[in-house]
Amino acid sequence: MPIDEGLKSELAKAGVFTTTLESIYNWGRRSSIWPLQFGLACCAIEMIAAAASRFDLSRFGAEVFRPSPRQADLMIVAGTVTKKMAPQVVRLYNQMPEPKYVIAMGVCAISGGPFKQGYNVLKGIDRYIPVDVHIPGCPPRPEALLHALMTLQRKIDEQTTFSQFEGEPTNRAYDSHDGEFTVPTLGAHDIEPPFNPEVWKPAQIAKGTSK
Amino acid sequence: MVLTPYEYNYFVLGVMFILAICFAVGPLIIARLIGPRKPSRTKNATYECGLVTRGDAWMQLKIHYYLYALSFLIFSLEIVFIIPLAVVLKSAGWWAFFSMSFFLLILSAGLVYEWKKGALEWD
Repeated sequence: MPIDEGLKSELAKAGVFTTTLESIYNWGRRSSIWPLQFGLACCAIEMIAAAASRFDLSRFGAEVFRPSPRQADLMIVAGTVTKKMAPQVVRLYNQMPEPKYVIAMGVCAISGGPFKQGYNVLKGIDRYIPVDVHIPGCPPRPEALLHALMTLQRKIDEQTTFSQFEGEPTNRAYDSHDGEFTVPTLGAHDIEPPFNPEVWKPAQIAKGTSK
Repeated sequence: MVLTPYEYNYFVLGVMFILAICFAVGPLIIARLIGPRKPSRTKNATYECGLVTRGDAWMQLKIHYYLYALSFLIFSLEIVFIIPLAVVLKSAGWWAFFSMSFFLLILSAGLVYEWKKGALEWD
């Protein structure tokens, strides 16, 4: 941190409020996470419930569901991603402006869930796009989505954008990646490529380490 | 410098004008300075529903759409007039009924003309 915490609290006692551009910027970003309005399966119903009055997503500044990726900050992948739908999901992610975040909601979006053995089901959206928060559950309750949103807010709070002390900014919007993730295509037998090696690697069985 | 009340009013207006410009332009400048810019081919594509853009947005539409839309507009307006009349027809009396009939007659003449001219044929 560029400002010493002890000094900050000492100044606060004397009635001097100090802050950093970073904190203000992150406060603004985490208080207005606008999700992209789309649902893929049953988890979307829970997402709708979370947005409605009982669970009230607007308490976290995230009630503005945008029908266009151009205006969205957050992609909630709510439901089973079929192999036919995966290219569209990745393309929508590519069309969202930086900074952008992804919540994989429910076991289907995480790993394929109960449909993992299905020939047409993608085994987790994190094979193609970087997922920030995973929510387990089938489907997760709206409270779980709220918790995921709060987790994401904590993550945004930790990100650095302007601080020159820690090297490359941890806010992905300002790093050197060009923002274009490979959009898979439907091949003759399977979706191609089967995963994006930039964001996901298959689990390796380490040989000879366990006895 | 002492301002007369007349000048003072315009002074307030001027300050308001400058503040309004700052309020509108300020966020744009801040966004320009610190906003991340990562344009890419997919992001700059025209279509935004996740599908690949096909063709051109400047394709030609058939002129018949215009005539159909116009006919639809006339008939929908007709309904707007007829339904309130139907609700109060008993109290409105025969005079209202004949007025509406005359109105419908004029519209029907238009429809007959349209029909004869072949505007309703698609091909």
